[in-house]
Amino acid sequence: MSDINGALPTPLLELRNVTKIYGAGDAQMQALAGINLSIYPGEFVAVMGPSGSGKSTCMNILGCLDTPTTGHYLFQGIDVGSLSRNQRALLRRNYLGFVFQGFNLLNRTSALENVELPLIYRGTTTAVRHQLARQALQAVGLSDRENHTPGELSGGQQQRVAIARAIVTGPSLLLADEPTGNLDSARSVEIMELLTSFNRDKGITVVMVTHEPEMAAYAKRIVHFKDGLIDTDHQQGGH
Amino acid sequence: MFANALLLALRELRRNVMRSILTMLGIIIGVSAVITLVTLGGGATQQVTQQIASLGSNLLMISVGKRMGPGQMSGAAAFNLGDSEALFRDVADLVAVAPVAIGATTAIYANENWSTNVTGSTEDFFPVSNQQIAEGRLFNASEARVGAAVCVIGQTVATKLFRQQSPLNTRIRLQKLSCEVIGLLKSKGQSTMGSDQDDIIVVPLRTFQRRIAGNQDVNLIKVSVKEGADTERVKSDLERVMRVRRHLATNEENNFNVLDMKEIATMLSTTTQTMTGLLSAVGAVSLLVGGIGIMNIMLVAVTERTREIGIRLAIGALEHEVLLQFLVEAVVLSSFGGIIGIVLALSTALALSGLLQVPFVFQGGIVIIAFLFSATVGVVFGYFPARKAARLDPIEALRHE
Repeated sequence: MSDINGALPTPLLELRNVTKIYGAGDAQMQALAGINLSIYPGEFVAVMGPSGSGKSTCMNILGCLDTPTTGHYLFQGIDVGSLSRNQRALLRRNYLGFVFQGFNLLNRTSALENVELPLIYRGTTTAVRHQLARQALQAVGLSDRENHTPGELSGGQQQRVAIARAIVTGPSLLLADEPTGNLDSARSVEIMELLTSFNRDKGITVVMVTHEPEMAAYAKRIVHFKDGLIDTDHQQGGH
Repeated sequence: MFANALLLALRELRRNVMRSILTMLGIIIGVSAVITLVTLGGGATQQVTQQIASLGSNLLMISVGKRMGPGQMSGAAAFNLGDSEALFRDVADLVAVAPVAIGATTAIYANENWSTNVTGSTEDFFPVSNQQIAEGRLFNASEARVGAAVCVIGQTVATKLFRQQSPLNTRIRLQKLSCEVIGLLKSKGQSTMGSDQDDIIVVPLRTFQRRIAGNQDVNLIKVSVKEGADTERVKSDLERVMRVRRHLATNEENNFNVLDMKEIATMLSTTTQTMTGLLSAVGAVSLLVGGIGIMNIMLVAVTERTREIGIRLAIGALEHEVLLQFLVEAVVLSSFGGIIGIVLALSTALALSGLLQVPFVFQGGIVIIAFLFSATVGVVFGYFPARKAARLDPIEALRHE
């Protein structure tokens, strides 16, 4: 891998011999069996693999929600495993954006307020917060849905609000966990085009888990997981 | 950071208006119960205290009858004017003695009539009963001695018979007696026992005995004791003299009764304070139950909102920020409930004080205490659920359905 990306600068994130073991004794289960992976700024990586192959565990570690049992996860050179719970929260707040399969918007809360949420935790002033949130909603084409609650929005629209919430802080890394899993193909294409555009135009690094090869085809690089290890890892033309 | 927590908490409460109101209900009821009871109790105590003062200095009352138990008296011969004169002569440290005879009658003036009691007494009745003149004059010793056809009336009687008119220099009729109204007494309000002290007509004792009652009876002797004198000693002296006057043998029990009014009023005041305390304790229990209600709702909310908490944590909320948000939600709920409770309590107390004829006395202390207590309830009962929320694992929380 390193020879492929040898010409690029320092990786945005780097997994060094990462293992993850859940449970103890007989119930012990190894989710990751020693992963080495480097992702560089501006990449669009699709992570694929069957259920239980360790890709979700890997995403949790990349998202600083979980820490490796052994090995190191370096985010911009910082060893995440050595950080406290709150320090990891600050890292997520300042550098990461999340998009989930189930959208995970706050119910009975307007689209605008949902998008504002990460800015509130950042302590952005009210005026700036409104402006940034409106810009983000505009970027996903939902300017006219500001005051709609998730219940009043279609699945595709909800996922676009979720994307707006993820990019409103201008993150370095966008983690998408099966973002099109709950959507039909036409809506899926819209979402993928949005992710592609943010990757291309704003230089946001995107790591996306998906089961569907058509969605993975939007990525520049596809990593296949199998039995807690990386099976294949190759670059492709992309869109 | 605190402003953020407040913003998030208010947004959350606004989303669940109905649940927020139901949660506050416990606190509202608790706070308003405590404040209403304490305010009314304070008013009642103040009323009793004022009445103790209005009773005049060290008043003793001697009534006819043997004390059989609480409130029960057996019949016995009435006193007479000679008894009261003997008491004043033979007992030391007395300021004044007023013999009192009372009879029910109807007072008539022009087309108006009013059923009330007529009091026959001497000129000493007014200082002993702490009755003061508002208009006109009191009857004097010579009028009392000769039994003049004059009377002094209270505010209630004046209103009932004369409406807005001045009652002075008119004549009212009491049975066969036509008497001139020479004075109007100052209002004294309700007595400790709840009777209207302004519903009164006072005529000279002799006039009462000759022209209304038709006998020489005196039902009651009011005795005013010198300030600083030993009331117990005076009481036993009065009993001794009275026993001689009534020819009681040493083995016979008293067939009259000496009551220290101040003692009774003090006892009543203590009782009122005890009742207020007890009722407030009941209110305080409901406040506690309200607090537990808040904890209950907040715990349910944490479970119900597990996924939401997961989202917040994933987005980068710190542990103490989630804790603060839930804590602020609880405190906003409880203190807002407290404010509503205070408003409710003060209006209830105001309405009830009119209904129960107890003065409304604003008690700033209890209002502040109740508010601080309700806010504290929020902190105490909100902390446990808030800590539970803050310590959730974001991965687990996001998976929660």
